Amino acid sequence: MTTVLAVDDSRTMREIIALTLRGAGIDTHLAKDGQHGLEVLEELAPDAIITDINMPRLDGYGFIAAVRDRSQSRTVPILVLTTESADDLKARARAAGATGWIVKPFDPGKLVRAVQMVTG
Amino acid sequence: MRASDDPMAEFRATFFAECEDLLEGAQAGLLAMQHGRADSETLNVVFRAVHSIKGGAGAFALEEIVAFAHQFETALDQLRTGTLQPDAATILLLLNASDGLSDLVAASRDGTSLERGATDATLADLCALVSDGKADENPTEGFVVTKLSLDLDAPEPPLPERQTYRIDFVPDDALYALGNEPLFLFRALAELGDLEVVADIAMVPEIDKFVPGSSYVGWTLDLTTAASDAEIAEVFDFVDGLCTLRIARVPADRALDPVPCPPPGAQTASAQAPGSAPQEGPVGEPPQTRPEAHLPQASTAAPVAATVRVDLDRIDRLANLVGELVIQQAILTQSIADTGLTRRSTVSQNLEKLTGLTREMQNGVMMIRAQPLKSLFQRMSRIVREASAASGKPVRFSTEGEATEIDKAMIEGLADPLMHMLRNAVDHGLEPPGIRAAAGKSAQGDVRLSAAHRSGRVVIEVTDDGGGIDRAKVLDTAISRGLVSAGAQLSEPEIDSLLFLPGFSTAGEVSNLSGRGVGMDVVRSAIQTLGGRIAIRSETGRGTTFSVSLPLTLAVLDGMIVDVADERLVLPVHTIIETLTLSDDEVGELAPGSSLAMVRGQILALLDLGSALGYRAPLETIAGAQALVIALEGNERVALLVDAIHDQRQVVIKGLRDGFGRAPGVAAATILGDGQVALILDPIEIVAHAGIRAAAPLSSAG
Amino acid sequence: MTAETRPGDDTGRELLSFHVADQNYAFDILSVREIRGWSRPTPLPHAPAYLLGVINLRGTVLPVIDLAARLGMPDRQSTPRDVIIVVTVAETDVGLLVSAVSDILTLPRDALQPPPGPAADPVAAFVSALAAQDGAMIRLLDLNAVIPAQGGAAA
Repeated sequence: MTTVLAVDDSRTMREIIALTLRGAGIDTHLAKDGQHGLEVLEELAPDAIITDINMPRLDGYGFIAAVRDRSQSRTVPILVLTTESADDLKARARAAGATGWIVKPFDPGKLVRAVQMVTG
Repeated sequence: MRASDDPMAEFRATFFAECEDLLEGAQAGLLAMQHGRADSETLNVVFRAVHSIKGGAGAFALEEIVAFAHQFETALDQLRTGTLQPDAATILLLLNASDGLSDLVAASRDGTSLERGATDATLADLCALVSDGKADENPTEGFVVTKLSLDLDAPEPPLPERQTYRIDFVPDDALYALGNEPLFLFRALAELGDLEVVADIAMVPEIDKFVPGSSYVGWTLDLTTAASDAEIAEVFDFVDGLCTLRIARVPADRALDPVPCPPPGAQTASAQAPGSAPQEGPVGEPPQTRPEAHLPQASTAAPVAATVRVDLDRIDRLANLVGELVIQQAILTQSIADTGLTRRSTVSQNLEKLTGLTREMQNGVMMIRAQPLKSLFQRMSRIVREASAASGKPVRFSTEGEATEIDKAMIEGLADPLMHMLRNAVDHGLEPPGIRAAAGKSAQGDVRLSAAHRSGRVVIEVTDDGGGIDRAKVLDTAISRGLVSAGAQLSEPEIDSLLFLPGFSTAGEVSNLSGRGVGMDVVRSAIQTLGGRIAIRSETGRGTTFSVSLPLTLAVLDGMIVDVADERLVLPVHTIIETLTLSDDEVGELAPGSSLAMVRGQILALLDLGSALGYRAPLETIAGAQALVIALEGNERVALLVDAIHDQRQVVIKGLRDGFGRAPGVAAATILGDGQVALILDPIEIVAHAGIRAAAPLSSAG
Repeated sequence: MTAETRPGDDTGRELLSFHVADQNYAFDILSVREIRGWSRPTPLPHAPAYLLGVINLRGTVLPVIDLAARLGMPDRQSTPRDVIIVVTVAETDVGLLVSAVSDILTLPRDALQPPPGPAADPVAAFVSALAAQDGAMIRLLDLNAVIPAQGGAAA
């Protein structure tokens, strides 16, 4: 079963992501910010990570950098949730180490496809 | 109707509850700013709150909120960048804006409509404020409101005409570094149509020049599809700019042309290579030289077999029903036998036909559930790659027997134990490159994952060519942990099996690669849950093999029916080597309660099953008892004493709840022909639990 | 889903009353899935004395608890005259072996009184309320206490 860690400070967003992914048979774990996400990663080796950018304590860019810094998760696919699809946001996400992006608000099929695209 | 009956209603409830918290936080922040008590984080908190409300509102298509929050957010962002100054008037306006946003949220929540234009003035003020910094013509530019719908199965539009595209794809190093995997892209393409993949491995250097993390392989793909150019381009969206990519339509008459010849001297590996050959490729780097592993389910040459997609639940229900049918048929057989009809009677002969049909039907259902191990094996290459990168040990990972089929439920249960075994192989099995070189081995270690059918079971093996198990060290560790008494004389297989003891590996010793505190005991119990066994073979200096043997399915079992203390029990046939009737002169007592038998020159420890299960006091006399000889790990054998041995038959496995019967040695239960529940035993666990091996070190007894 | 008993809120509901040895007990009828005759349980190795074993309930394996033993009453042999009440607690079906089912009754709220404090009665831990009915005392069982979360068998 594919395992995904979704990091977002919005409870609504977390629940939507969880319902959408679990509905597609994807084992979904949640964290409420980057710091919490790193804590979860101590116990979990997901097949992919979805993260928001704007978050308290540790934002998405810092979180991605920390994830890429850990030997266990150096190459794990990371998808960034972004409200804009502008090219410079893609570039920023990529510079931080993201694999791909999902533009909010997303439709459920797109989210599932994006996860499948990076986990096979 | 409860809220949870409608997930959307539940989301909305969550969203509005969250909005309240966020607005409260935003207002507190703005008030702090007004009173000059703000620090650098205060503005961020306000910004994030408004941003989150906008995001959530977008999911529910609450356009009014989105539009308002967008202007609000823009103003806050301009404060963050310094375009706007947080003067008293601005902060007051922002406080008004947060009130306005509160009203909009409350109106949406309660389904009431605000007085027309109630927030228009504030919105206009915000717009004016923002355009002082930078004009924003379109209030929601770059932010499209898409209503969230949970319908994942929208009907597909009719197929337009098919086209063939030639795609040239050469990844940059960065593509791999950012967690992309060409295989997955190919798989996504294969879902669009028929795909042929040819890898160009001409750029792959000699092994000593290999730079980990570098990209050496390019691919040429022919995709025949009804999908649009945009849909194909979308597959490569995430890797745009991280590869050289050319997508071109191929004229119809050229569609099936072979890929142009590579330049002289270059090697080309065809993706259509036969699957029988072992698939190899270096790991620690992307899988450049094993394009076979990248072969998605695509072939333009072979006719496409018609398939139906069926909900797994339906198959499970069918499998359960067939299980019931098997039980019912066994009951019928027994009651007909009880009437005394001969086997030649018409009834008996017809019943036999029914039995055959039932069996075939059962096999048929099990075949529906069977799936090749391929996808599981493919996932494992990544695990090895990561382990290799983390440990700094170059690894050549190869797989064999990917086409081997096994029950789908089993595939899911295998992922974790396999992952752990492979990480172990890299982390503990392989020596560091320097030590390998000193031993005359190539710096690159070999790790092999293989599967094969062997006498009605599936055998999966993880093999490394490392230094083998350091048995002296294992024994020392076991003694220091109090798992074995000091001075114990153990055979090599006995030492190896110490690795499976709970408490052998501890969190402190396991590297974070192999997982925190997860030892081989966890792997073994995961395998046992699947009805499997795990064994170790290890040769000093040559490497180690972990061998997992699994039943083809979780649903049925070939069982031997025995009687013990008036109870009928089932033992898995595959654990039984032979059945014996013991005579007086073959049995001797070693100590009270500990007996041995000498059978054809071999000494066997005897275990009285009835007393081991607590069903009765130990037998007074053993002579004349029936015994089942059980193979333990490492060729050791134990004879289990039973009262009677009946026939061998297929039984339907029924799970037992933890705590309600999952005692040591009890694997599951089944329902016999007379309707009675019979326990299915795990003889190896019973022997381990009875402590027989400690009492009688078998290998030194002869 | 079948409703569960909620301790402290089992007043004014329909109750199934039954005998264990010579005592009267009852619990919320909403917990009851079915009542069936005795069938010989298959004993489980190393199980606690009150866990009689497992029986075949239409193709599924159902654990059966001897309520008398669970309530700490003296040992007694189960007989084919006993009855098995199948209850659903915490989404799990469990059989409870009792001597006989006696009645379905609706007790008024004020007929129930809290059990006396932690008395010497070993049954007290399993009883959530007491009631008098036709001069006899009925003990309301707290099924969540009666059915151990893990069955209590040796792990």
